[in-house]
Amino acid sequence: MGLKDAQKGPVMPAIHLVKLEKLFDWGRKNSIWPLPWALACCGIEMMATYASRFDLDRFGILGGFPSPRQCDAIVIAGTVTKKIVPVIKRLYQQMPEPKYIIAMGNCANSGGIFYYDSYNVVKGVDTVIPVDVYIPGCPPRPEALVEGFLKLQEKILGESAAEK
Amino acid sequence: MVEKQEFMINMGPQHPSTHGVFRIVLELDGETVIGAKPEIGYLHRGVEKISENRTYEQVLPLTDRLDYVNAMGNNLAYVMAVEKLAGIQVSERAQAIRTILAELNRIASHLISIGTQGLEVGAYTVFLYCFREREIILDLFERATGGRLTYTYFRFGGLFQDLPEGWVEEARDFCKEFLPHVDEYEDLLIQNPIYKLRTKGIGILNKNIALNYGASGPVLRSTGVSWDLRKDSPYLMYDQVEFDVVYTKNGDVWDRAWIRLEEMRQSTRIIKQLLDNLPEGEVQAEELCRYVVPEERSSYFAVESPRGELGFFLVSDGSLKPYRMKIRSPAFVNLSLVETLVKGEKVADVPLIIGSLDPVFGEVDR
Amino acid sequence: MNERAICVRIEDLKLTLEHLHSEGYNYFSFVTAVDYPDHFLLVYGLVNTGKHEITFIETPLSKDKPVAPSSTGIWKGADWHEREVYDLFGITFEGHPDMRRMFLPEEFEGHPLRKDFQSDEVEKKPEDFY
Repeated sequence: MGLKDAQKGPVMPAIHLVKLEKLFDWGRKNSIWPLPWALACCGIEMMATYASRFDLDRFGILGGFPSPRQCDAIVIAGTVTKKIVPVIKRLYQQMPEPKYIIAMGNCANSGGIFYYDSYNVVKGVDTVIPVDVYIPGCPPRPEALVEGFLKLQEKILGESAAEK
Repeated sequence: MVEKQEFMINMGPQHPSTHGVFRIVLELDGETVIGAKPEIGYLHRGVEKISENRTYEQVLPLTDRLDYVNAMGNNLAYVMAVEKLAGIQVSERAQAIRTILAELNRIASHLISIGTQGLEVGAYTVFLYCFREREIILDLFERATGGRLTYTYFRFGGLFQDLPEGWVEEARDFCKEFLPHVDEYEDLLIQNPIYKLRTKGIGILNKNIALNYGASGPVLRSTGVSWDLRKDSPYLMYDQVEFDVVYTKNGDVWDRAWIRLEEMRQSTRIIKQLLDNLPEGEVQAEELCRYVVPEERSSYFAVESPRGELGFFLVSDGSLKPYRMKIRSPAFVNLSLVETLVKGEKVADVPLIIGSLDPVFGEVDR
Repeated sequence: MNERAICVRIEDLKLTLEHLHSEGYNYFSFVTAVDYPDHFLLVYGLVNTGKHEITFIETPLSKDKPVAPSSTGIWKGADWHEREVYDLFGITFEGHPDMRRMFLPEEFEGHPLRKDFQSDEVEKKPEDFY
C-alpha cells in the first residue's frame, strides 16, 4: 500500500488528545512490578510463569523485586497461616499507593484444601488485606496467572491513579 | 576511641533467597556470622492433624502439597506406607511406572534446585535453561496424570490409570535430548570458575555431624557417606536396574550441587532401562482399593526423595481413618543443620548455604 | 533393611538409647508421639547404617506427667524433633537446651495433635463431604 492509497482512506489523526491521567494509567498498566511472594506450591507455578515458556516479562511484568517499597502489586501465592499474617500486614503497609493484591490459588482465596480441620490456616487472605484479583486453582496453571495479570491491567486502566 | 559491638541482622520470612518462608536471625561480627537462630513454622498447615479426620484415600491429595516440587515422591511414600500397613500387592507394571515417574520427578526437583542455586550467585541464565527442560517433564506428567504440579496419580494397589498411548516414546525422546542439556548446566554453572570460587570450601559439613543430625540425601552423601535408600533398602524396581550412588568427600556447597547434577544423569539412566523393559499387564489391583481398612497396627516406610529419607509413620486403629500420621521429612532435618553450617561463614554466603540444603517449606513445616 | 521394635519403660529409656548409640546406631531418624486415650506413646526411629537395621523404641508415658529425658546429648538431630513433639503434644524433654515451640507462635494455646484439642476456629469437616 503506497502513500496514495493511504490518502484515499479515512484520515487518521497523527495526534491523540487524552487527559494526562489516562497516559499515566496506560503507563502503569504496562509496567506492573509485583512483589512475588512464594508461600507454598503456587510459588513454584509462579516461578514457572516467570521462566522460559510463559515469560511474564512480555506483559511488562518484571520479576525479582523483593522489596515492597518499589512495588505496586503483591502476588500472594500459597497458604496463609496465622504466623505469617502480621508479616503480610506489615508488608502491605510498606507499599506505596496505588497498590493491588492478587490472591493466587485456592488457599489464598479461601483456605482451599486446608479449610476444614486445620488450626493454623487463615481462611482466605482477604480476611487480612483487600484483594483485587482472585485466581482459582490448586495450583493455578501459569496461563491462569497470566490471565489474572491481564485482569489487573484492565482494572488499572479503568480507574485513575489521581483518585485513588 | 572505637567501640566494638555485635550486629544482629534479620533475614526473612519474606526474603528472595530463603527458598520460601524461612526466617533466620544472624549475629554478625563485621561480615562474619558468629551466631544464627533459625525460625520456621510460617507454612505450618497442620497436615498431620487434618489427616486424622480424613480417610486414607482422602489424605492422598494432602501429601501432594507437602513437598510440592516432588509431589510424585510424596504420593509414592504415602501410598507405599499404606500398602505396607494394609498388605496390598502391586503389579509389576505399576511398580515400573511408579519408578519411572518418581525418577522423572527427581530430575524436575533437582532442576529447580540447580536453577535457583544459580540465581543466588547471580547466574540468571541457568535458571531459565533449567525451567525449559522442567516444562518438558511437566508436559509428560500432564499427559499421564492430568496435573502439572499436584498429581495424586499413585493409588493404593497401583495407579489411577495406565500411561497414554505414545507416552513411552515421548519419554524416551526426552531422555535422549536431556543428557546434552545436563552437560550444558555443568559447563554453564557447576564447572564455571566463578561459581567454583564462590562455593568451594563454603558451608563444610563433616561426616559425623551429618550422621549425628540425621541428615540424608545429597547433604549426607556430600560428606562421603554412601547412603541411599534406593540401594540400601531397595523398594520398587530399584534392585533390578543399574545405577550408581553418587557421593563426594568435601561436604561443601559445590559438592552438594554437583551431586544433584550427577544424580540427574543417574536418574536418566534408570528411566532408560525401565522404558526398554516395561512389563505388560494391569496397573491396578483386581479389587479397586478405594476404602482401605488396615488392621490395628503401626508401620513406617521411607523412600529416597530428592532431599533424602522421606518416611511416613502410620498408626491404624482399625477404622477408615489413620489414627496418627507422622511425616519424617528430610528437609526439616537437613535444615536443622543450618545453624551449624553458617557459623564462621561470611554473611553473603548464607543464602548459598541455605540453598544448598534445598529446603522446601511445605515439607519442613508440614 | 531389617526392622525391629523394642518396648521399654520410661525409666530405662535413656539407658537404652545410650546403649544403642554405642552399638552403632549412628543415624537418628525421628522421634514422635501418639496420643492414646490413657497414655502417650513415644516412638523413636534409629538406624544403624553399618548393619542396615532400623530399630523402633516405644515408650509409654503417663498423661499426668508427660516428661521424657532428652536425647540431644546423644544425637544432635533430636533437637528439632523434640521441640516439634513439645509443640504439638506438650511433652517436655528434660535436659533439652532450648525447649520452645517449633512451628506455632508462642502465644498459641493448647497442643493441637492431642486428641482432646479444642478450638473455636477449627471448622469440622461435615461427614458427607468429599
